[in-house]
Amino acid sequence: MMASSYSAKEEDGHHSGSAGLGGAAIRTRKPDNTAFKQQRLPAWQPILTAGTVLPAFFIIGLIFIPIGIGLYVTSNNIKEFEIDYTGTDMSSPCFNCSQSFSWNSTTPCKCVLFFSLDQPFESNVFMYYGLSNFYQNHRRYVKSRDDSQLNGDQRSLKEPSKECEPYRTNENKPIAPCGAIANSMFNDTLDLFYIDPNGTKTQILLIKKGIAWWTDKHVKFRNPGGSNPNLTAAFIETAKPVNWHKPVYELDIDSENNGFINEDFIVWMRTAALPTFRKLYRIIQKKNNMTPTLPRGSYSLEVTYNYPVRSFEGRKRMILSTISWMGGKNPFLGIAYITVGSICFFLGVVLLFIHHKYGNRNNSSDVPN
Amino acid sequence: MLRRRLNRLCGGDEKRVDSRTIYVGHRPCPDTEAFIPSKFCDNRIVSSKVIVDTPTSPVTSGLPLFFVITVTAIKQGYEDWLRHKADNEVNKYPVTVLEDGRSVKKESEKIKVGDVVEVVEDETFPCDLILLQSSREDGTCFVTTASLDGESNHKTHYTVPDTEKDLQALPATIECEQPQPDLYKFVGRMHIYKPEQEPAVRSLGPENLLLKGATLKNTKKIYGVAVYTGMETKMALNYQGKSQKRSAVEKSINAFLLVYLCILISKAVVCTTLKYVWQSKEGQDEPWYNQKTQKEKDTNMYLKMFTDFLSFMVLFNFIIPVSMYVTVEMQKFLGSFFITWDKDFFDPEIQEGALVNTSDLNEELGQVEYVFTDKTGTLTQNNMEFIECCIDGFQYKHRDTRSELDGFTVTDGPVNKLQQKAGQEKEELFLRALCLCHTVQVKEAGSEVLADQVDGIDGLLLPQPEEERGFIASSPDEIALVRGAMEYGFTFLGLESKSMKIKNRENNIEEYKLLHVLNFDPVRRRMSVIVQTKSGETLLFCKGADSSIFPRVRPEEVDRIRMHVERNATEGYRTLCVAYKQLSAEEYAVADTGLREARLALQDREQKLMAMYNQVETGMSLIGATAVEDRLQEEAAETMEALQGAGMKVWVLTGDKMETAKSTCYACRLFQRGTELLELTVRTLEDGRLKREEKLLELLRDYHRRAVQDAPPVKAGVTRSWSTANQDYGFIIDGATLSLVMNPPREADASQYRSLFLQICQNCTAVLCCRMAPLQKAQIVKMVKNSKGSPITLSIGDGANDVSMILEAHVGIGIKGKEGRQAVRNSDYAIPKLKHLKKLLLAHGHLYYVRIAHLVQYFFYKNLCFILPQFLYQFFCGYSQQPLYDAAYLTMYNICFTSMPILAYSLLEQHISMEILLDNAALYREIANNAMLRWRPFLYWTVLGIFQGLLFFFGVRFLFSNPALQDNGQVFGNWSYGTIVFTVLVFTVTLKLALDTRHWTWINHFVIWGSLAFYVFFSFFWGGIIWPFLKQQRLYFVFANMLSSVSAWLVIIILILLSLLPEILLVVLRKPRGPHSRQKKPSQSNVGGSQSSQSSARPLLMRTFSDESNSVI
Repeated sequence: MMASSYSAKEEDGHHSGSAGLGGAAIRTRKPDNTAFKQQRLPAWQPILTAGTVLPAFFIIGLIFIPIGIGLYVTSNNIKEFEIDYTGTDMSSPCFNCSQSFSWNSTTPCKCVLFFSLDQPFESNVFMYYGLSNFYQNHRRYVKSRDDSQLNGDQRSLKEPSKECEPYRTNENKPIAPCGAIANSMFNDTLDLFYIDPNGTKTQILLIKKGIAWWTDKHVKFRNPGGSNPNLTAAFIETAKPVNWHKPVYELDIDSENNGFINEDFIVWMRTAALPTFRKLYRIIQKKNNMTPTLPRGSYSLEVTYNYPVRSFEGRKRMILSTISWMGGKNPFLGIAYITVGSICFFLGVVLLFIHHKYGNRNNSSDVPN
Repeated sequence: MLRRRLNRLCGGDEKRVDSRTIYVGHRPCPDTEAFIPSKFCDNRIVSSKVIVDTPTSPVTSGLPLFFVITVTAIKQGYEDWLRHKADNEVNKYPVTVLEDGRSVKKESEKIKVGDVVEVVEDETFPCDLILLQSSREDGTCFVTTASLDGESNHKTHYTVPDTEKDLQALPATIECEQPQPDLYKFVGRMHIYKPEQEPAVRSLGPENLLLKGATLKNTKKIYGVAVYTGMETKMALNYQGKSQKRSAVEKSINAFLLVYLCILISKAVVCTTLKYVWQSKEGQDEPWYNQKTQKEKDTNMYLKMFTDFLSFMVLFNFIIPVSMYVTVEMQKFLGSFFITWDKDFFDPEIQEGALVNTSDLNEELGQVEYVFTDKTGTLTQNNMEFIECCIDGFQYKHRDTRSELDGFTVTDGPVNKLQQKAGQEKEELFLRALCLCHTVQVKEAGSEVLADQVDGIDGLLLPQPEEERGFIASSPDEIALVRGAMEYGFTFLGLESKSMKIKNRENNIEEYKLLHVLNFDPVRRRMSVIVQTKSGETLLFCKGADSSIFPRVRPEEVDRIRMHVERNATEGYRTLCVAYKQLSAEEYAVADTGLREARLALQDREQKLMAMYNQVETGMSLIGATAVEDRLQEEAAETMEALQGAGMKVWVLTGDKMETAKSTCYACRLFQRGTELLELTVRTLEDGRLKREEKLLELLRDYHRRAVQDAPPVKAGVTRSWSTANQDYGFIIDGATLSLVMNPPREADASQYRSLFLQICQNCTAVLCCRMAPLQKAQIVKMVKNSKGSPITLSIGDGANDVSMILEAHVGIGIKGKEGRQAVRNSDYAIPKLKHLKKLLLAHGHLYYVRIAHLVQYFFYKNLCFILPQFLYQFFCGYSQQPLYDAAYLTMYNICFTSMPILAYSLLEQHISMEILLDNAALYREIANNAMLRWRPFLYWTVLGIFQGLLFFFGVRFLFSNPALQDNGQVFGNWSYGTIVFTVLVFTVTLKLALDTRHWTWINHFVIWGSLAFYVFFSFFWGGIIWPFLKQQRLYFVFANMLSSVSAWLVIIILILLSLLPEILLVVLRKPRGPHSRQKKPSQSNVGGSQSSQSSARPLLMRTFSDESNSVI
């Protein structure tokens, strides 16, 4: 359709008339003899034939199977311990806490779970809390935050984004941090005790530094008022999220971990991909090379039960896990690599066979055709 | 260029009458023409009241659309700019208008009907003018219409008599017909009011009308009155009515689009339903951590359902490849340049290459099933050479011929050449007839160079230094005949003020007064002149096709000449018969008044003229016949053979007579020696016993039995293979019989006749239709086009008589031949020579088809596997319309990350190199019947897309069963999830294209690796900054963190590999038997190319070559 207009232009009388006597002018319109215009650019013309693909299949097989085995072994060597403390069962120590939950209660409900580790956890142990059937990836939830407020923007602090509704203002004061995500921050406290065979309880030191992404902690999340240590002043004229017990500037006593840059808060704000997820809670640092981080034996988990999940049939878990270079325990990758490697190898063999057979038939059969 | 004017004018002056009155110079009183401003439809978009809570920001969804619109707008804007430039050139062109006795400079767009316009030499006419006054003494002017119809000869136009005097005081009105597009028709009447006299009436014909676009030549200055301006000029009317042709590919796209639309809607429906099922469970819809706003709570449930549905539609809308339209458009637009650029299409003779009038049909060139070709000028060169003549039954050979015939010896000198076989008198009469009966002009000395180039008159034809003259005529036959007469001593010197001068053998100049020219037209198939000799005798000379002359001469004369004519015709010559008649004074007087009256008629002038011509051209006596050779086009036979080898059926549609056409067909190897010819012509229908209709039916049945029923069933697609012993059939039909078939006397038979006819034709390798009128050509094309399976048709022709079939066929191809530019103008593609058709179809067409088919399939595929994970994610996020990918990725996916490689592919791909495609015509069959865009390949691509989409999503899903993927124990969130899927996606679809690319130029490398690199770069960049204008910093450092995780790397690698594995496997498995087995090796193809060009295109040779290339692999 566009070309028709060109032709109109070309045939326009004045045009050709002025160009030279009724189109008779000698205009050499010979096309350029360039490789591009003649579609003769030098080109690499790879042909995928059985001959070229076969070795690739074998090579893939030979590489993937060892990787897969390596991954599988690595994953298997990761020690992981998981305990559900939701308290849905009558027998569960947290049953009472889960039943008697009310938002207004001022005294925290505590429960203690005992468990034992059959194997010692050697290197750094990472403590996760896990939630199930918790839709952190629900759209209404995911968007209910104000990143510029979290980045320390004064204006957003006073006037949070509309996306935060209905967790935007409380009693005409802007909520800081606003939004559903912040409002529903996980606030159970988990303490871990090692119980000696002789019965003494020693609390295990849980480190809360380094659980959030470095860039989140240092760039994306900023307290308002810059480096002003007085957070209370910075958050004046704001309200705490409705479900929080404490305002945001009292999350921690350490000023490096308080306010918006509280790592627990940052971890929570990174919304999970799936409704069953885990989030890093604490790190148990390896003490020295001689003793394992968590030796075999009995432990007790003391839970300050603040977080209700029964209403949406959720589950709460505590997970202790060591970490390898590939992350946490997940046999999937190892199995996948082994499977794909084997398939490739197998296909290689089949193709070799087919190629052999067809290769012969091909040469003989094409001629009489 | 004229569209603007259309807008301005279209509302005006339409009082829909058959004729209009124009006041010359607006003198009596200017007719007020009411210009009604044209109405534009009110196209404000009514914004909807329903506010959909879009899951993606309007920008995200809108940007691709915006991009599409922008690109289209830029393209359109560019074209508009070109148009505007041309507009200004035409509309603002200064012209001189006579107003109240003064000449006033005006812009050409301001000319009104009735203005008297002055035009000087070498200017083009700004509108259609009636010639009033010329600077030449004889009241004529010369124009050339090269830019209108390509005829570069100088045409003579005449002033209206009695207007020679003072134009300022010319009170006159012109009545003429409403504007119509026919360039050669004009009927009008001029009333000249003189004081105290009856108004004089003058008839106006095309000879008085100067067309816009034509150029004034050899005349210093003319004055004319504007009758049609702007959109009403004949030139403008001729640009209209070009119907938009749609290619089969576009139809496929629409079908696929419908499927995807269904997928989209069903996805949205499924999600909406499941959402409400899921929400009905307690605590799911509104858990304590995720309360709804008050407004959401208040919304009506059904309204919410509806908006949810719309939200899902918005979320999944990316499955509809909007950007495909831009890419397809760009591909076609840019791709068509390769045709124009191809130097193989360049013809040094006319200094021109191919011309692409529409780029919408590039891929259709690869789908052609039926080729309809004109004979004259297309299969043959239309470069006429006088071969021999036959006077009174005796044969005279041209001296160039070495052979002896009838004991005639070649002697020197043209004068001696005519042995006294026929009587001297007869000979001279014949030669005079040749010299007089034509419309040839002698080239004027000044314009020699010009005319030589325009008409391509070959000076080498006649190496006679003393008599080197140029002739200009619309038909090359006439030149050949005049030259032929010159050979024998009678030279046409030219036409000067109605008297024709010829130099006879004794070098005496004879003068004849030209009284009337009875013009040639394709229906009569003859032309005549009436001249008056010095001695006062009035003679009518007539020349024309034998069929139209023989009935008009005395039968006893016919027999002597018919034999010669028929023999010449079978040798492939064009024959013309020459007859004359002496008119007595009374006879002439009758004829003269009759002709004049007919010319003056305002209504039905054509019919009246025709009747008068027929009346005059009777009772003539035949003097002889001529034979003119029309040589075959270069490589005509090879081209035809290649087309047939490619599975196309070639039909020759010609106005020529059967014998000539048949011999051309044999010469082009359309008919082989073994071909059994089925004839259905007037001659075969002549049967004493039966009526014509009965005989026709009988023959049709008979042929049908032979060609269709008895023939072994031919597999679709494989039409003819050289080696099989199948009987080839050729079918011949002529125009008269065809009209009997198409419009039988009894209407009831029509469908039966047609289907029989069509079935026979479809089973014949070649069909020859001779004696066709232009409209019949189109009729045939239309019939085939609408037959079962609606095959793709292609028409190729060079003359005005082919325009109808060129317009009718799916693809119209014009040859830049000698019969003017009409065919070229109306064609979709124009090429200089027939031989170029082979490359155009076999190489360009094939490649374009493969490219665009792949482009379309790929686009659907890549959007399917793009959006499928997003759909699957809904099952894991509570059907909340949460997008899986970040908005930037959603937007950029089709615009930046994956668009360039496929565009480059679709412009540069040569899965089989051009040489191989040209050498193996049979390769064309592999893509016949839209092979790459049928449902099967579509299903394959769709399944591939679904497979990959599932793989992407669930691969990452299993990885995320433990989201602690970093070696410091930190966890990944939902945006990391999406980014991993997206990375796998971008790499997979790009690498999939890389796998399909068979022709890696540096551009492909650059674009494929470049867009992958761009994706990585962009992701870093996008995640590396806190963007102040974004509400949410979702992707902040997500990509970098992803890359720091070994597990993410591993899963990306394995997913890419796994999703490409079936593709690789299929390619390898298909390879040994598949179509790609004929792959090239550079040295091999060179050898092949030279070999085949040497080979006389014999089937056997072709065969051996293709075997070689097969066995190499």
